[in-house]
Amino acid sequence: MLKNNKTILIFLFVIIAAVIYALSGEKTADQSDITEQGLTIQSWTGKEGNKVFYVPAPQLPMVDVRVVFDAGSARDGDKAGLASMTNLLLDHGAGDWNTDQIVERFDEVGAQFSTAALRDMAVLNLRTLTDAAWLKQSLDTLRTILQTPRFDEKELQREQQRVLVALRNQQESPSDIAELNFYEAVYSKQPYAIPPLGTKESVEAFTRDDVVNFYKQYYVARNAIVVIVGAVDRMQAEAMAEDLMAGLDGGQVAEALPEVQELTDATTIKNQHPSTQTHIWVGQPGITRTDPDYLPLYVGNHILGGSGFGSRVVTQIREDRGLAYSSYTYFSPMRRKGPFIMGLQTKNAQAEQALDVLMQTVKQFIADGPTDEEIVSAKNNITGGFALNLDSNKDITEYVAMIGFYGLPLDYLKTFNDRVNAVTREQIDDAFKRRVHPDKMVTVMVGDFDAKK
Amino acid sequence: MRNLIYLLVLLVPCSVFAKQPLAQSRVHEYMLDNGLKLLVKEDHRAPVVVSQVWYKVGSSYEHDGITGISHVLEHMMFKGTDKVKPGDFSKLIKEQGGRDNAFTGRDYTAYFQILEKSRLPISLELEADRMRNLTLPPEEFTKEVEVVKEERRMRTEDDPRALTYEQFNAVAYTNNPYKHPIIGWMNDLDNLNVDDLRKWYTHWYAPNNATIVIAGDVEPHTVYEQVKKYFGQIPKSDVPTLKPRIEADQIGPRRVTVRAPAQVPYIMLGYKVPVLRTAKEEWEPYALEMLASVLSASRSSRFSKVLVREKQIATDADSGYSMDSLHNEMLLVDATPAPGKSVAEVEQALREQLDRLKTEKVSEEELTRIKAQVIANDVYQKDSVFYQAMSIGMLETVGVGWQKADEYLDKIRAVTAEQVQQVANKYLLDDSLVVAVLEPQSDAKRPQHNPAITIPPGH
Repeated sequence: MLKNNKTILIFLFVIIAAVIYALSGEKTADQSDITEQGLTIQSWTGKEGNKVFYVPAPQLPMVDVRVVFDAGSARDGDKAGLASMTNLLLDHGAGDWNTDQIVERFDEVGAQFSTAALRDMAVLNLRTLTDAAWLKQSLDTLRTILQTPRFDEKELQREQQRVLVALRNQQESPSDIAELNFYEAVYSKQPYAIPPLGTKESVEAFTRDDVVNFYKQYYVARNAIVVIVGAVDRMQAEAMAEDLMAGLDGGQVAEALPEVQELTDATTIKNQHPSTQTHIWVGQPGITRTDPDYLPLYVGNHILGGSGFGSRVVTQIREDRGLAYSSYTYFSPMRRKGPFIMGLQTKNAQAEQALDVLMQTVKQFIADGPTDEEIVSAKNNITGGFALNLDSNKDITEYVAMIGFYGLPLDYLKTFNDRVNAVTREQIDDAFKRRVHPDKMVTVMVGDFDAKK
Repeated sequence: MRNLIYLLVLLVPCSVFAKQPLAQSRVHEYMLDNGLKLLVKEDHRAPVVVSQVWYKVGSSYEHDGITGISHVLEHMMFKGTDKVKPGDFSKLIKEQGGRDNAFTGRDYTAYFQILEKSRLPISLELEADRMRNLTLPPEEFTKEVEVVKEERRMRTEDDPRALTYEQFNAVAYTNNPYKHPIIGWMNDLDNLNVDDLRKWYTHWYAPNNATIVIAGDVEPHTVYEQVKKYFGQIPKSDVPTLKPRIEADQIGPRRVTVRAPAQVPYIMLGYKVPVLRTAKEEWEPYALEMLASVLSASRSSRFSKVLVREKQIATDADSGYSMDSLHNEMLLVDATPAPGKSVAEVEQALREQLDRLKTEKVSEEELTRIKAQVIANDVYQKDSVFYQAMSIGMLETVGVGWQKADEYLDKIRAVTAEQVQQVANKYLLDDSLVVAVLEPQSDAKRPQHNPAITIPPGH
């Protein structure tokens, strides 16, 4: 933490790359020895009603296990941050072990364990060696965390304090503030508006019962998927998944989230912050993971601002004018309509100019559509990079979890290139005209509006 | 944990799982007549190749007045050669389904592409071209230096902790170039010009000052032939000799306070320590790495266990050390006070933990646990071809040699509790302590939780 981001300056779009490849998630590829056509995902339903997704990867003596629940912050209701608190308390004491013992059990066998709660998903990640004794200790610990978390009062109190500090830390960062303001404005009063970490007031109010009830309702087998990628065979994978899920309640799938309401007007939010730059976020509700317009919008966005250098927004904002280090556009597909986001950051005095260029660029793209040349380039980039996106177990785990959680077809990755190649100029043009509305977007600006430089 | 992972990521050792066929993959080394070094590492899991060109130049090669020049030059490397128009480098790679980027550190500047394996020659041709034929158009420079200033604003000016780290280094070092930020001081960026860049480029961008690392689904000898084809004709040049610039002895503790618009206080402590390249005792860097790991390799380490969970004096506490630098480094410790705790209390608690390392031997349990993590990380890192390439490229470029990667696991496993105690007593000295404290300033313009103004659409 101290040094990662300071001894190296990654030059171009660290942020954009993360966004394109993690959020929009259109990575497709194969591992050479699995098949040349694409990744073969095996799937079955466990006795408790959970789905399991398995990809053998025998080359390295390790396995990634990811358990995903439909238990993200969209499930918080009026207790913002509860999904996140529940998720992070899972390994703070479980079964016969206190927190110290749990973390020691993982560390003794070199296992890496982490949890995360996003808006849709609550995730538990385990990466462990497949040495029999070490694997057993890792899996026993994971099972205990999943099935019998203690949620001790004192652990809750300490983590509340830590989250409160994290919330104050967010308020130091203009980009964090802009993000929170953006989701709140785009999804006003709807589940995706909820800040995943919560608010000072909501976090202070959590009781142990809140956490226990959230766990009981959402951490149930029917609301879970298990992803296993690594050097275990099918029988081992079946046994591992069964063991992890056996002690959980079957429970129920979380109820469907309400449909996202479209924006009816443009809104601009200016939030004063003592920073040298103004961070700008512009956008609207975008698409779902299973949206019929997904591919035309994905390919179109690649051209608009989703692929760094050469994309229109980066050309206009950075390459032609030097206005920002990072500028981008992306769709973040979710269970319900995740946002379409355009963003940049520039010194305060240039904020209006940069916003203007950004809006002109998107409006022109919608009006004229992409050129045939741009479409060929985008398709070459997307399909030609097929192999790059699944070249590690980590990437494969990420994709398979996404496919499993959102119920995409198991051949999703295999057919992806063909589907990209089938996208036409007319489809992109039509999808952008129907789905992207610059005159009804939320614009968030966080910066120092008094600065006169 | 993050620190440990970061450190380890840079040092991919050979595997203890010798029975695994993949563990046999080794580095193939070649040298061209013009002094260009080539390192090839095979990994046949996916039909992908990572290509990296490492130059021995970075912010620690710079002097006062031109800080940040290596990084600006890195940006300008995408702005055209005699054959390739500004911006086209990345477009050509994208057209091939590839990704490309670059990074600048204190001791290196590196460029990389990731491609489907058959497309490696395209990347080599483009890199060979820009090793010598950069045009550095003034109009492109004028725009790009503004981009870099925006980058500095984003990364440093508007991030109170990054500002604190920058001030920390500025105070920690006197005559050693690590005192300067990689991205450069704003005033130096304001006054940089294209002639400065041209000189810098001519000095350092030469085959005999570079290492090429290729990793992935490739055959080493074929790669060698390809590299020779594209780079073999580039003549060797006279690369300047770097002055040692060894940091003057610190003769008393140093403190700096940073007042910035922030919400949460923060403290950093550091002690000057040797690295692989400078250590007189070869085992010392490994003992220092072990020392940092005992403090904060993971959530079972002392900082997390004692300071965060038991005493609840900090919400986060971390330590870090990189043994693969060109110059002597700092062993760093940083922490965020828990609500109601002062920075002074946190400093006291951190220093108690450091003192404990001097007076007590680390338990065998702790050592065993850390060694287990190191063994496991060694396997996990092989999941990333990119980082395999990165670790050998970095070791080679700072002058200790890629072979150190292979020794890492054994050297770490050999570290004893006595050695950890010895380095603690030798280096964690009050006279070489540096402390930086972030004092949040409650500003009249402090951020607001709720949107302040809603105005009609202006565009």
